[in-house]
Amino acid sequence: MVASRAIGSLSRFPVLRILRSRGYICRSFTGSSALLARSHINYGVKGDVAVVRINSPNSKVNTLTKELHLEFVEVMNEIWASDQIRSAVLISSKPGCFVAGADINMLAACKTPQEVVQISQEAQRTFEKLEKSTKPVVAAISGSCLGGGLELAISCQYRIATKDRKTVLGTPEVLLGLLPGAGGTQRLPKMVGVPAAFDMILTGRNIRADRAKKMGLVDQLVEPLGPGLKPAEERTIEYLEEVAVSFAKGLADKTISPKRDKGLMEKLTAYALTIPFVRQQIYKKVEEKVRKQTKGLYPAPLKIIDVVKTGIEQGTDAGYLSESQKFGELAMTKESKALMGLYHGQVLCKKNKFGVPQKEVKNLAILGAGLMGAGIAQVSVDKGLKTILKDATLPGLGRGQQQVFKGLNDKVKKKALTSFERDAIFSNLTGQLDYQGFEKADMVIEAVFEDLSLKHRVLKEVEAVIPDHCVFASNTSALPISEIAAVSKRPEKVIGMHYFSPVDKMQLLEIITTQKTSKDTTASAVAIGLKQGKVIIVVKDGPGFYTTRCLAPMMSEVIRILQEEVDPKKLDSLTTSFGFPVGAATLVDEVGVDVAKHVAEDLGKAFGERFGGGSLELLTQMVSKGFLGRKSGKGFYIYQEGVKSKNLNSDMDSILASLKMPPKSEVSSDEDIQYRLVTRFVNEAVMCLQEGILATPAEGDIGAVFGLGFPPCLGGPFRFVDLYGAQKVVDRLKKYEAAYGNQFTPCQLLIDHAASPSKKFYQ
Amino acid sequence: MTTILTYSFKNLPSTSKWALRFSLRPLSCSSQLRAAPAVQTKSKKTLAKPNIRNIVVVDGVRTPFLLSGTSYKDLMPHDLARAALTGLLHRTNVPKEVVDYIIFGTVIQEVKTSNVAREAALGAGFSDKTPAHTVTMACISANQAMTTGVGLLTSGQCDVIVAGGVELMSDVPIRHSRKMRKMMLDLNKAKTLGQRLSLLSKFRLNFLSPELPAVAEFSTSETMGHSADRLAAAFAVSRLEQDEYALRSHSLAKKAQDEGLLSDVVPFSVPGKDTITKDNGIRPSSLEQMAKLKPAFIKPYGTVTAANSSFLTDGASAMLIMAEEKALAMGYKPKAYLRDFMYVSQDPKDQLLLGPTYATPKVLEKAGLTMNDIDAFEFHEAFSGQILANFKAMDSDWFAQNHMGRKTK
Repeated sequence: MVASRAIGSLSRFPVLRILRSRGYICRSFTGSSALLARSHINYGVKGDVAVVRINSPNSKVNTLTKELHLEFVEVMNEIWASDQIRSAVLISSKPGCFVAGADINMLAACKTPQEVVQISQEAQRTFEKLEKSTKPVVAAISGSCLGGGLELAISCQYRIATKDRKTVLGTPEVLLGLLPGAGGTQRLPKMVGVPAAFDMILTGRNIRADRAKKMGLVDQLVEPLGPGLKPAEERTIEYLEEVAVSFAKGLADKTISPKRDKGLMEKLTAYALTIPFVRQQIYKKVEEKVRKQTKGLYPAPLKIIDVVKTGIEQGTDAGYLSESQKFGELAMTKESKALMGLYHGQVLCKKNKFGVPQKEVKNLAILGAGLMGAGIAQVSVDKGLKTILKDATLPGLGRGQQQVFKGLNDKVKKKALTSFERDAIFSNLTGQLDYQGFEKADMVIEAVFEDLSLKHRVLKEVEAVIPDHCVFASNTSALPISEIAAVSKRPEKVIGMHYFSPVDKMQLLEIITTQKTSKDTTASAVAIGLKQGKVIIVVKDGPGFYTTRCLAPMMSEVIRILQEEVDPKKLDSLTTSFGFPVGAATLVDEVGVDVAKHVAEDLGKAFGERFGGGSLELLTQMVSKGFLGRKSGKGFYIYQEGVKSKNLNSDMDSILASLKMPPKSEVSSDEDIQYRLVTRFVNEAVMCLQEGILATPAEGDIGAVFGLGFPPCLGGPFRFVDLYGAQKVVDRLKKYEAAYGNQFTPCQLLIDHAASPSKKFYQ
Repeated sequence: MTTILTYSFKNLPSTSKWALRFSLRPLSCSSQLRAAPAVQTKSKKTLAKPNIRNIVVVDGVRTPFLLSGTSYKDLMPHDLARAALTGLLHRTNVPKEVVDYIIFGTVIQEVKTSNVAREAALGAGFSDKTPAHTVTMACISANQAMTTGVGLLTSGQCDVIVAGGVELMSDVPIRHSRKMRKMMLDLNKAKTLGQRLSLLSKFRLNFLSPELPAVAEFSTSETMGHSADRLAAAFAVSRLEQDEYALRSHSLAKKAQDEGLLSDVVPFSVPGKDTITKDNGIRPSSLEQMAKLKPAFIKPYGTVTAANSSFLTDGASAMLIMAEEKALAMGYKPKAYLRDFMYVSQDPKDQLLLGPTYATPKVLEKAGLTMNDIDAFEFHEAFSGQILANFKAMDSDWFAQNHMGRKTK
């Protein structure tokens, strides 16, 4: 700090002024000395342009912290005060990240809404001052520009972004149950128009640079450079800076106008929005849509609409006030805490705790070209893995290859890939019917039918042809890995990799280790999963592992509820209104009735009475009639190609009627039905932690939310217990236990947590 | 993808000025070649290889190179190629029956004359018994024609080859859209009126939107100019450096033209128009004038402009190459040996235009030569920013170590 002041006073000396006007020194001089003084931000001067470089210490990304904010204010004040400086460029020193957003921990540490409001208001003030700067400031954006980072960028007079895949702009606050609290809700509608602003703020979607240019979110694009006399990334940032400096000069000289030419459509939209009636219609429409999608479970989107509306209808001052206050309120909500918890969990599950594997997997082989096998192949080839897809039959293989191609081609249609890239990626895939080339495989993932003897057979066949170091991974949802590994010559190389369907959409990968699985094998499996872009939980072996095991008792309850004559449609709406993305009856159809039956039988045998409830007979009858769910066109619902609305399968009536049970009125209210499902799920999850199947509650939450669709607003079963209160969960379970028996008996760990309120899964 | 040919000169001051391709005449350092005295290789007495025939350039000619859309605009590519071939026949008086094979290189093919070498040769009065084929390899298609000829000669398949190149950018094949083409083909096959009508009923107005030949790389969808601008930026080549280099190229070319050194040019009498005797794209300007131009590709802040790039060109060239003993037996005094060549290719996105950097050291090593042995290099490139970037790359140890797998530059 002292040093930085010294610079300030030094610059008043005439000598320096002369040097500056010659314009050849100051950059290294001020730059280096400022570096000594500040840890997050330093700046240098190129001619009459200040180049402000953001560089959070000891981190791969820049985040807006209190320190960074303070230093930024300081630096800007110096720039505004300096006679030599006529304009400024704001740039990050980190490749791949401009500013990734505000520091979540800073918000999480706040105890009261007022503290959060204060943070928001400080940022608002700083950014407003920046917006009104008489010296033009150019934001030079390379890499992620999200949340607070975007709010910073849009407060500048001009934005230049590199046009690469890493450069994304967006306001993801809503995904954490928050809103953009540093003026974003006020500036974005003015910048990109009300409809586009609502879309950005309400969905939190990432916007690529070229799209941002079209929307008017950035003013210029810079193509990333190839290697020159230094590494490509380094030179690209340098080039971005050079271009930004030239624009800053141009803006200061008024040879470049910061105003953008608007297209006809934009002008028309802008005109329409001057009519109050049109605006009201937009608010109404957006609100309807939000209510429909969130079912009132997420407070943030509605508040966002409110804040944007206040800004437009009542002026910016009211808008800022409303923004900061609502921001404070939201930061204190359970939903926000749950979502932030998930965010942290996700970060955790994107790391390899098991170290770097001895041998990197370069050649992958997948057995079985079904939905799963082909899905795994797709997420592997597009990361550059040479992948063999083997199936037993040509039609099966052909179907699988088509699936991979279609998956890639859909990306071409969305312009995420070029057709050339698609073809190059697709050439990583080799389809075959034999074991040719398996001698070079570093990992084999089998995704054949869920049948133990078949899995044994392929394991033996594969072990005859693969090299010693090759990992054998089994993709199964319920068969214990140790039973599969029983016939292996090298059980330390056998592991479970439970993918979720559709593989290219579902983020979760559950990795299952047996007692014999070696650490290196686990490290290898996690490394591959991460490469495939998965969020990974690593669990111990056991019937149903973690995810299937949690789902099974809930499914059993679903059947009982259906037997108690609750209509499948009603059940679906009860579950979705609780926050599940897919209704319970629909879920059975999606998973496949035969699969559900299979799992229910297996786990029923393993866990006995506790997994009972509904009658298996229901599933058995459905399977015998061919009602296998979506894949056969009929389940609880009827599925037709091209028909969106779902109709109940009337042939189910007789099956349901023959198995009907009288509902117990004391536990059959809508709320009770919801909690019967959720508490069985939660109880089983906690039992998995108690038994050591799960290593951490965080993995349990991530697995439940990303693999099974547990309501994200509740943050996962463990977060739910923490936020809802263990005692209340136990009370619910005891109430249902009284009605139905030991399927609802709360597990010991849950009782322990209920007994001492200070005990939390997350401290 | 690029190539460099090294050739040691026999003791002849006038060089073989065959054109490598349509573009870059103004940018190449051709006049230096002429200034070079009789060259003796310094580190090696001879570059002849044991048990391999010596290959010589007997002579070469080219039509004047014109800006696209000027005097050649109503011609077809084989007209230009024919002019070059006729010129070669006149210049060398080679008996047409001794020519074993004719090869031409071209980039954008006219579909009617897809084997343009054959069509041009027939029209130029070569024997109809002489086979001909056409090759393509982007900007170095004509080089590919020459080295294909070298291969035929060294393997003993042939003794006398004519190799050349042609490009007519004034006219390019613009196609109907895929949908329209499909409909037209299907219509051909339709047998009944009903079938035809039902096909026609599927017609949509957007079928008529034409399909232009890609000026961009197929794999990256990037145009060359765009790539050159990025390359110049990657190597921090300034606008001023580029303008200065372009000015130098144009000035040298102008000097060569004025002094009558471009002896490879043969006049071409365009049917119904004047006789063209010289290139019309050599236009030295001033740095001030050049500085006024706006960037042509990366707008508004790029550095590649119309002034520091080559123009789109129409032109053709042809050369006579032979096995040395054949040439001598026929009484020719060859102009040069063709000793060695090297093709390289790199990442089409970021290193598309860095060929010279990779090829130069390789071809020198292959021939057992060092930089000191060479008096003049001739690089044919389309943008001054590009060749300057290549110079910087070749002059960088960092680049050699990190991208070329070499210890030093």
